[in-house]
Amino acid sequence: MAHITVTVDGTSYKGEVEPRKLLVHWLREDIGRVGTVVGCDTSNCGACTVLLNGRSVKSCSVLAVQADGCEVTTIQGLSDGSEWHPVQTAFKECHGLQCGYCTPGMVMATVDLLSENPTPSEQEIREGLEGNLCRCTGYHNIVKSVSYAADLMSAGPTKGAK
Amino acid sequence: MTAALDTDTALGKPIRRKEDAHLLHGQTNWTDNIQLPGTVHMAILRSPMAHAKITKLDVSGALKQTGVVAAYGAKELGELNGGVPCVWPVTDDIKMPAFPALAIDKVRQVGDCVAVVLATSVAAAVDALDAIEVSYEALPAVTDMEAALASGSALVHDEIETNACYVYKMPCGDYEASRAKADVVVARRFINQRLIPIFMEPRSVVAAPMGMSDEITIWSSTQIPHVLRVLLALVTGIPENNLRVVAPDVGGGFGGKLQCYREEILVTNLAKKLGRPVKWTETRSENMVATHHGRDQIQDIEIAATKDGKILGLKVTLLANMGAYLQIITPGIPLLGMFMYPAIYKMDSYDFTCTGVFTNKTPTDAYRGAGRPEATYAIERIIDELAAEIGMEPMELRKKNWITHDEFPYTTVAGLTYDTGNYEAATEKALAMFDYDGLRAEQARRRASGDPVQLGIGISTFTEMCGLAPSRTLGALKYVAGGWEHCTVRALPTGKIEVVTGTSPHGQGHETAWSQIASSILGVPVEDIEVIHSDTGRSPYGMDTYGSRSLAVGGQAIKAASERLVEKARVIAAHQLECSATDLEFVNGSFHVKGDPSKSQALGAVAFEAFTAHNLPPGVEPTLQAEATIDPADFSYPHGTHLAALEVDTETGQVKLRKYVCVDDVGIQVNPMIVEGQVHGGVAQGIAQALFEGAEYDEDGNLLTASLADYLIPSAADLPSFDTATTVTPSTTHPLGTKGVGEAGTIASTPAIINGIVDALRHLGVTDVAMPASPQTVWRTIQAAKAGAK
Repeated sequence: MAHITVTVDGTSYKGEVEPRKLLVHWLREDIGRVGTVVGCDTSNCGACTVLLNGRSVKSCSVLAVQADGCEVTTIQGLSDGSEWHPVQTAFKECHGLQCGYCTPGMVMATVDLLSENPTPSEQEIREGLEGNLCRCTGYHNIVKSVSYAADLMSAGPTKGAK
Repeated sequence: MTAALDTDTALGKPIRRKEDAHLLHGQTNWTDNIQLPGTVHMAILRSPMAHAKITKLDVSGALKQTGVVAAYGAKELGELNGGVPCVWPVTDDIKMPAFPALAIDKVRQVGDCVAVVLATSVAAAVDALDAIEVSYEALPAVTDMEAALASGSALVHDEIETNACYVYKMPCGDYEASRAKADVVVARRFINQRLIPIFMEPRSVVAAPMGMSDEITIWSSTQIPHVLRVLLALVTGIPENNLRVVAPDVGGGFGGKLQCYREEILVTNLAKKLGRPVKWTETRSENMVATHHGRDQIQDIEIAATKDGKILGLKVTLLANMGAYLQIITPGIPLLGMFMYPAIYKMDSYDFTCTGVFTNKTPTDAYRGAGRPEATYAIERIIDELAAEIGMEPMELRKKNWITHDEFPYTTVAGLTYDTGNYEAATEKALAMFDYDGLRAEQARRRASGDPVQLGIGISTFTEMCGLAPSRTLGALKYVAGGWEHCTVRALPTGKIEVVTGTSPHGQGHETAWSQIASSILGVPVEDIEVIHSDTGRSPYGMDTYGSRSLAVGGQAIKAASERLVEKARVIAAHQLECSATDLEFVNGSFHVKGDPSKSQALGAVAFEAFTAHNLPPGVEPTLQAEATIDPADFSYPHGTHLAALEVDTETGQVKLRKYVCVDDVGIQVNPMIVEGQVHGGVAQGIAQALFEGAEYDEDGNLLTASLADYLIPSAADLPSFDTATTVTPSTTHPLGTKGVGEAGTIASTPAIINGIVDALRHLGVTDVAMPASPQTVWRTIQAAKAGAK
């Protein structure tokens, strides 16, 4: 067992973990952050995407011990619920989700994509989200959501309303 | 309080979804999130062999491992080894071999369950699988349907002495007479390849004895909590009234969660046996082999016509791969397609034969469209081939043969009566959006110049039957359940509304759309309406969600129950307002006395009177609620015209989908935003069959595409945006005027893509291309056509 300290969504967690344990399993099983989900076992689907020190990672491809000393942001920490993150607002406004299972990863990947490229073209959005699979939307409204979020975020510091 | 509300527009507005807030904040309740104290986790030892005798199975080693609570093979499990049910014995002489949850003596597919371990953690359970001793003696794997039917083939099930599950025939009219009259007969063999549903949330099930009673609660990532409860009661012997099935947040289904799975049976029985919660969540790799697959048909189709393009008759002969066992409606899937081969076309005769075939592969069952995508693919492909054969423009051939809008209701050669439709209107709109003539001109230019990148235009003018289904019809087809749907509407003392539905959403937005329907009738704002679903404890009656039935059937029940509630409220309000019930009009959620604007009572106030029951009219029972259980008058027949423009690189085989236009007619739309989303997702899945997906097996029966690294579902980078539009021809058999939409896009889009590729290459001698049309496949097809032309 290894001792780790990880800040998740603003709260510091300490724990003993098996070295083989994946970050996503630690989030879900050890500290109850079940908003982040598992969709595959080959790192293809991206449903488990979180931010690790501000950059998106597939949390099935990171060992919990590798996150020791890091800051993790999950879908549950993106906003406090009363004030939505613009990406969350955009996905609702543009119907960018149906069953919602890919959504935690899709939203977190979008946050990272827009931090790197605040004004992506449609093609840049499509290529930027290539690592996140959705089976419901055909991606049409996800692409719209990302564009809409980019517009919201470039409009200024005002965060999206509910 | 009831705010002023324009009830004319509550129905039909693209209001944003109620469901999204929790989904966008990770405040979700997926089954795998459920962590009950004392839970033991089940891990499954699965067969690595497609067909083998189990010569040794010893689970005792697993019992010695840390954290292990129990381990079972079929022998240890004994009578708790329940059988997976099939509820659609399509013929009287269908062969229905046993399908025990844990394999007994033999395995018949890669992924068959051989033994289970239960331990205090997932990791401990999975680790302990290695301590089970098992050996197999390989048997010849049956992987090819035609070889399976040849004499001397190895048998998937020895005891039934054949690999033919059933033969189903439906002769309509005299096809041989049509054929004799025809100038042209075009025959093709199409392979509708095997697909894997790939809903994003892997299956998960938790069962727990609830202590305070004999109740066992089962949380399952299922589309069918109500049907599952009945089936689990029948399979496990646990009294139905002791079972509660809950489908919490469910992450997609597409038919793949329309099932009573062996893992659900095992978890339920073991929770009862062990007296503690048992949980199992599949890995994606398990999902690929153990969740049922879809499609997998060999389609021989023959069309007879006059030389000027009048269709006379159609003959369809199918081999449908059942896989190793029959699951819930495995044998019936091809029959859902059977009625749809004649599609939108008029003809004199139609001859259908389907043979179900056992093979050593994962069982097939419903996957988005379930039989109708296969039918639509074959008919829309053969129409294009007939057009080429007689030198007619493919859209003109369709126009010459389709049912015109003034001919509805129209009874097809297959015996269905389509209530309404307007194929001309949808097509005209699609052609205009597409710039059909402009693209044909570009195609001609590219052909003339010998451009290595050729342009193809693919057409699909489809209809389908959905909204499953009139119970009487299901009975006639030997399906052992009905197709009704239930709704209870309750007006609570505080004025809030509960809509209790028997539909079970897993992404479709029922909470929003059902609120809109109830709001439009009750005059209560959408946000004051709570939709209760997917829990047999809270919504006891229902037939769940599949076959694009939820709005088409469930919507009718919501309408009827809401209207009945208003009528009960009217009697109470008349008593309160001291007038006759017929003197009241109900507008925007309030009863008004005609001619006296000062006297009115809001529905919420009526609900409070019904709750206190201090002053109810004689004979009126307290509480304000109403229910309706509706059996649909007929199937629902959405239709549309889909057009695809594809660039095909003749040097590399690469296909680029440049433009996709679809005009769908799904009747009245409750929420056009949700409708459009259903079309987008459906179209993408149909395109995926055409271009990307296919479950591949080797000759030993190993699934080669057994992970998301090997089975290609499209990403955002693989697809374009879609140009969608609708025409609105209200259904006359469904009181809301609505039609189903969940499967339409998937049914329509596959042939549009393949027709487009063939259209791009036809001048090179190409007359078909296999699915999925990967660059390699397209390139080889071009090379073969060139070689054939020499």
